[in-house]
Amino acid sequence: MTLTVTDLTIARGGLPVLAGLSFAVSKGQALILRGPNGAGKTTLLRTIAGLQEPIGGAISGAEDQIAYAAHADGLKAMLSVRENLEFWAEVFGQDGVDAAIKTFNLTELGDRLAGTLSAGQKRRLGLARLLVTGRPIWVLDEPTVSLDVASVALFADAVRGHLATGGMALIATHIDLGLEDAQVFDVGPFAATMDTPRGASDEAFL
Amino acid sequence: MKALLLRDLRLAFRAGGGFGLGLAFFLIVVMLVAFAVGPQAELLSRIAPGVLWIGALLACLLSLDRLLALDFEDGSLDLLATAPLPLEAALSVKALAHWITTGLPLVVVAPALGVLLNLPPQGFAWITIALLVGTPALSVIGTFGAAITVGIKRGGLLLSLLVLPLYVPTLIFGAEVARRGAQGMDVSTPLLMLAGITFGVLACMPFASAAVLRVNLR
Repeated sequence: MTLTVTDLTIARGGLPVLAGLSFAVSKGQALILRGPNGAGKTTLLRTIAGLQEPIGGAISGAEDQIAYAAHADGLKAMLSVRENLEFWAEVFGQDGVDAAIKTFNLTELGDRLAGTLSAGQKRRLGLARLLVTGRPIWVLDEPTVSLDVASVALFADAVRGHLATGGMALIATHIDLGLEDAQVFDVGPFAATMDTPRGASDEAFL
Repeated sequence: MKALLLRDLRLAFRAGGGFGLGLAFFLIVVMLVAFAVGPQAELLSRIAPGVLWIGALLACLLSLDRLLALDFEDGSLDLLATAPLPLEAALSVKALAHWITTGLPLVVVAPALGVLLNLPPQGFAWITIALLVGTPALSVIGTFGAAITVGIKRGGLLLSLLVLPLYVPTLIFGAEVARRGAQGMDVSTPLLMLAGITFGVLACMPFASAAVLRVNLR
């Protein structure tokens, strides 16, 4: 199983931001996306996650395989750490809440309301959600924001474990995660130019 | 789906969830009307069915802007859209949770408030039945309005303007059932129309809501 992106052109608010992207990620591989702020990394990840349509090119192997984690963690402040994870586990039809809590060192916080956690703890909970999705492709947008050094290491271990079991990861990040054989893909050279064909004209209004 | 329903209900009942707000609002609107009209028992009993329906409508509207906005702000809407659950089903479940926490309590207290408005005794059963049949449509149409306005700052007012006209058919037939019931007349025609509207929106609206939500999540 491979995630293949062919000649992809993506747009934000009707304006093309990246054009002619092609790459492939196969089992056990991680791809690190790099590029300056505003280059279109988030738009690319949202497109691959299926939240928006590309205006050109094709994505294959992504359908119903993706666990997406964005800047917002999707946590409910009035539910406890465990309840938040149990909800997502049930939505994805999986178990393994205990293992996820343990992996991200949240055991002592299990019964705390998510609203009372610190920013870094919330992020760890948001990342622990990935483990209860059971999905093979992790699409992560700046996963290490507000994590301390120890938590970044926990996260890198979780990614390594995921890759070792045949998973894949697509990560937009600015820091070095210490993943040994991750490929790095710089989106900079693919910036759309003025002659990139635009999408349908109604896109700008939607 | 069950997980989503239980989560929404649990959130509604926890602190800050807003359960009971609609109910309290309904109570206050009905009391204000009673005070405003004054001690004219005959007039009150004539307008009671309509007032109860208007109160229920506004109480439903009150909690709609939280229906999707909270999930949008904390990012869980994006995550739900990428989950195995179809968006149509997720929105139907959210509408159901809204009805259980807002519509159903209104149905239950309506007869008690009917007493305040001097509703004739034979009308109690009919106002309950009319609200029971009609309020699910309010939640489902409201979900559609919430999906259109999700992501708009201060979208609550726009939501009301969009949703209230769509409530008109339910209001007309719902109030007619209650009025005819209170006067001891035959209610079958308006009741069938009311049920038809409710079943129609239950069947179609989730698709429209999911379609506009997908556009809004881009």
